[in-house]
Amino acid sequence: MFFSSKLSKAVFSGLAGTLALAGATTIQAQEISRAQVIATTCYTCHGTYGVSPGSIPSINDISAERMESILQGYRSGQRVSTVMGRHASGYTDEEVKEVAQYFGNVQKRGK
Amino acid sequence: MAGISRRDFVKLLGAGGAASALGLNAGCETVPKSSKAAPRVVVVGGGFGGATCAKYLRIYDPTLNVTMIEQNANYVTCPGSNWVLGGVRTLTDITQNYDALRSKHGVNVVQDRVTSIDATRRVVSLASGKTVEYDRLVMSPGIDFRWNAVEGYDEAASELIPHAWKAGPQTVLLQKQLHAMPDGGTFILCPPPMPFRCPPGPPERASMVAHYFKAHKPRSKILILDAKEGFSKQGLFMDAWNELYPGMIEFVPASKGGKVSRVDTKTNTVYTDEGLTTHKGDVINFIPAQRAGEIASKSGLANEAGWCPVNQHTFESTQVPNIHVIGDSAVAGALPKSGHSANNIAKMTAAAIVSLFRGVKPPLPSHVNTCYSLVSPEYGISVAAVYRLDEKGVLKGINEAGGLSPKDAPRLQRVQEANYAQGWYKGITQDTFG
Repeated sequence: MFFSSKLSKAVFSGLAGTLALAGATTIQAQEISRAQVIATTCYTCHGTYGVSPGSIPSINDISAERMESILQGYRSGQRVSTVMGRHASGYTDEEVKEVAQYFGNVQKRGK
Repeated sequence: MAGISRRDFVKLLGAGGAASALGLNAGCETVPKSSKAAPRVVVVGGGFGGATCAKYLRIYDPTLNVTMIEQNANYVTCPGSNWVLGGVRTLTDITQNYDALRSKHGVNVVQDRVTSIDATRRVVSLASGKTVEYDRLVMSPGIDFRWNAVEGYDEAASELIPHAWKAGPQTVLLQKQLHAMPDGGTFILCPPPMPFRCPPGPPERASMVAHYFKAHKPRSKILILDAKEGFSKQGLFMDAWNELYPGMIEFVPASKGGKVSRVDTKTNTVYTDEGLTTHKGDVINFIPAQRAGEIASKSGLANEAGWCPVNQHTFESTQVPNIHVIGDSAVAGALPKSGHSANNIAKMTAAAIVSLFRGVKPPLPSHVNTCYSLVSPEYGISVAAVYRLDEKGVLKGINEAGGLSPKDAPRLQRVQEANYAQGWYKGITQDTFG
């Protein structure tokens, strides 16, 4: 989960406490979202959290609206690319929107 | 979670896994001792699969107790090792360490070798004599070779005729031989039968050796004697070879006499056509047929073909519960055996394991593969794909996505992709080890 480290510590120590004390019936279900797992596949080339260490552009500082528009541009072919068109066409409108929102939220939280 | 039924979810938890993941079997002798403490995951192997999985397990859930066992202090990556042969990078450039896994991600990295796994007691035994208990085990042992599948080629032979298909000392050995070769000599490259690690690796190797020859030994030849009929990105590679290295590289498919049946290290000769034709090389690079890493087969995880069948959603072994097999060793549907695939599989597996511990549904996986190859430092080509689970639970490429770099693309695109190939290396190694 990509909260700030302070927040994530609080969330997860809370979760650990719940697990230890109460057992299965009261576990706070924390499903990992589809947007998050799709986003992690971007990180292989673009670096973890989208912060690129090399010549491939960073994608960590793009608003949700702009990210969605860029990805849709790659899907339609309107936006010229080497490889992104071949990737973006593998996702549905809904997935593109969700992933764009996910990146937008990561940006707002400061990772 | 859309697209997954309760029944499927219980199935994903595996035999015996459902109860323990939900914390329902207290008092039962199979309950992990740590059921009230942080769950323990042990990861075996520190390559692209293992290191990524250890890192992302801790990213997804910083309370997890994650131990990674790797026999080497550093990891020399196979990606980039052809670039070393081409003189484009040094071995130091492609050597990664585990400092960030330890210091930044809180992974307990143990330098040791796994000798056996007791899947009933959930204990891993190490060469040092130590043992490590786990709640879930992730095996990422990479590949091992089928020594003697071709007469005359065993581990001892590889010290004379290198495979260089695990990067490190073998890469250095092949490089030394190429440097010592006289101008006008013949380099013979023998790619293995499918399935094997990094399908575009052999033609990229031929390209990088050609790049080195062009600069230093321009009268030399490269002969590819292949156990297959064709190879990955063949059209793109051959167009590029004609342009950059005209007349230097000859490809012989299996049916035209490319299949090697015997290797003789004494005379530096390979035999094809059932032994009727001999090819003497100044330098030979023989890449043997492959199988899952030895520890996987020794632990009952491999099938008769030598690879490890898994549930392709969670990558839990279909043969041994609570053990996930990832990376090159796993039977992963349409995903090729590549560092990129291993990195993606590792992340999906980490998400699945964390979900199973929490007693929630693992997210549906989404995989990507991108293989860049350098034909020269300024000429790059790629193949890409996006993979999803089909209705039978098999990972398949999405038809609408993926494919090769376009044929007859402007040179600028090849330059750009060469630049991105090197950016990809930085990205994936940061995402895996950083």
